[in-house]
Amino acid sequence: MRIFIQQLIFGIQLGSLYALIALGYTMVYGVLSLINFAHGDVYMVGAYIGFYACTYWLPFQRISADPHAAVMNIVLAVVVLLLSMLMCGALGVVIERFAYRPLRNGLGITDAHFWGFALSLPVAFHFHLFHKVSDGAGRFLFGIMWFLLIGVIVGYALRPVIRWISLRTVLSPSRLNALITAIGVSLLLENGGWLVFGPNPEFIGTMVPEKNFKILGGVIINSSQLAILVISLILMLILRHIVLHTRTGKAMRAISHDIEAAKMMGINTDKVISVTFAIGGALAGAGGMMVGVLTHVQITPLFGLLPGIKAFVAAVIGGPGNIPGAVLGGIIMGVAEAFVGGSSFSTYRDAIAFTILIIILLVRPAGLLGRNVAEKV
Amino acid sequence: MLQLENLEVYYGSIRALNGINIRVELGEIVTMIGANGAGKSTMIRAISGLIRPRSGKVFFENEDITTVPPHQLVEMGICQSPEGRRIFANMTVRENLELGGYVHHRNKRQIREDYDRVLSLFPRIKDRLNQSAGTLSGGEQQMLAIGRALMSRPRLLMLDEPSLGLAPIMVRQIFDILQDINQQGVTILLVEQNAWQALRIAQRGYVLETGSVVMENDTQSLLADEGVKNAYLGE
Ligand SMILES: Nc1ncnc2c1ncn2[C@@H]1O[C@H](COP(=O)(O)OP(=O)(O)OP(=O)(O)O)[C@@H](O)[C@H]1O
Ligand SMILES: [Mg+2]
Repeated sequence: MRIFIQQLIFGIQLGSLYALIALGYTMVYGVLSLINFAHGDVYMVGAYIGFYACTYWLPFQRISADPHAAVMNIVLAVVVLLLSMLMCGALGVVIERFAYRPLRNGLGITDAHFWGFALSLPVAFHFHLFHKVSDGAGRFLFGIMWFLLIGVIVGYALRPVIRWISLRTVLSPSRLNALITAIGVSLLLENGGWLVFGPNPEFIGTMVPEKNFKILGGVIINSSQLAILVISLILMLILRHIVLHTRTGKAMRAISHDIEAAKMMGINTDKVISVTFAIGGALAGAGGMMVGVLTHVQITPLFGLLPGIKAFVAAVIGGPGNIPGAVLGGIIMGVAEAFVGGSSFSTYRDAIAFTILIIILLVRPAGLLGRNVAEKV
Repeated sequence: MLQLENLEVYYGSIRALNGINIRVELGEIVTMIGANGAGKSTMIRAISGLIRPRSGKVFFENEDITTVPPHQLVEMGICQSPEGRRIFANMTVRENLELGGYVHHRNKRQIREDYDRVLSLFPRIKDRLNQSAGTLSGGEQQMLAIGRALMSRPRLLMLDEPSLGLAPIMVRQIFDILQDINQQGVTILLVEQNAWQALRIAQRGYVLETGSVVMENDTQSLLADEGVKNAYLGE
């Protein structure tokens, strides 16, 4: 019984992380009917931001016997969490703006500048323009200036090209195009990850003090587990409030029901879609940061792949586009994985996700909380 | 107030509107009648910016609005109640009305006023505010769709077949309300297949056939016209 509860707690903790990622999948699916395969990689970026913030950017102290340093580190960890959410939210917005929006609305002239910077990146790497700050602030800034200059020039050069393309393309929005684009963005982030973060696995040491609490019957709950549970719960409650009670949340629900009718109401759908990606990205960023900082797993550029797929499965199990469904699906995933992982079938730990998926889709094709009609959210 | 100049709209290679010219003056009720597939909904969608015309222009209060995005048109005072109602079925009636007033969120008092005005126009939906909109009857949904459009306080209200699927008594009721709305200062462009009712309340009308305006006149003359009588009034 003690072991059962122990595994259950671990499962719920794991599940709440899956749920955080699954929410991003399901919200984007709700507004755009698009499976944003790049979402798991946003989670990976969140973990790396956690890593860089903990090891380089912020003045974490060694936690020894000094209680003052421990308190300070906890405050800093909250800052890292917010930073990770902010940057991953921004990444979500950028992905939507430059990968998915042109598929919906066609290329705009401002897209030229994005592609200007994007094309300048490999050039900058080729000529070793990027230096570490530790090589000297002068060299670092000089490299950045060069990169920006090249980016602006290439961007302006691309404007006529973009105009030429946009005048000659007929938009035929198709699900398949969007899906292929999503896979492309995912590959871009993973391979970009190798380039920017390097291929070596990174590891975040113990940044915040950890404690084991004994609760009833000798069950042990770790302070990090507790933190993950509490933070996930808070984020989900905030999300619930946004979706149910704010103007933007109502707009999101309207879009997911009927995007054209939403436009007729005067809703700036592009803006609301951006906000949706920002929220999804921020939740994934929070998940990635917590995994990196609180559970000390190894972080690699491919580290978002498997959790991303499992979270996607969680979203489908719950009913795509259904927000409570994503949370439920995530918890089911996590608990199932914890029990299988803790049993003698532990090698099937990752396969269990797909087994559950197949069973649930056979019984309830629209997902556990999804409606059986062609309707979203 | 509203003017279409040689508006041409294509779906892929299919031409749905071949250069139509219409105008709607301030304070009028103008109706556009036409058979299935004539291009009536296409015209409304083009005016609301949901589909871009291949050529031609749309003017609203002498301003070229051909390429203005839909949400800005609502802010400018153009709103439509679409064909098939398209209410947000899984939200409550109240939330539907709130979404209608989406662009005026800063002006709480105006929203309150419009809300009360809509509820007094449509007392039937007043008792159902917390009900999910999908559970309303067809007629009630139509009232909600019109009420929702009114919440944006449009100066030009476009309605796409508000009589669709409704019992004759309901149609008459809704068209009477449209007349009231018009008297409160809202210009109306009404697209209909139910020519009788539409011509009853409108001042002028256009007849659309396979993408072209084939007739344009005041309603008296249209009602007296043999061609219209045969094709649209079923005599
Ligand atoms: N999305 C679309 N793709 C291709 N063709 C379309 C599309 N929408 C409409 N059409 C075509 O354009 C023409 C005009 O359609 P439209 O919906 O404007 O007609 P309507 O006058 O509103 O008809 P109804 O009275 O049946 O609503 C029709 O021939 C229709 O088949
Ligand atoms: Mg129509």
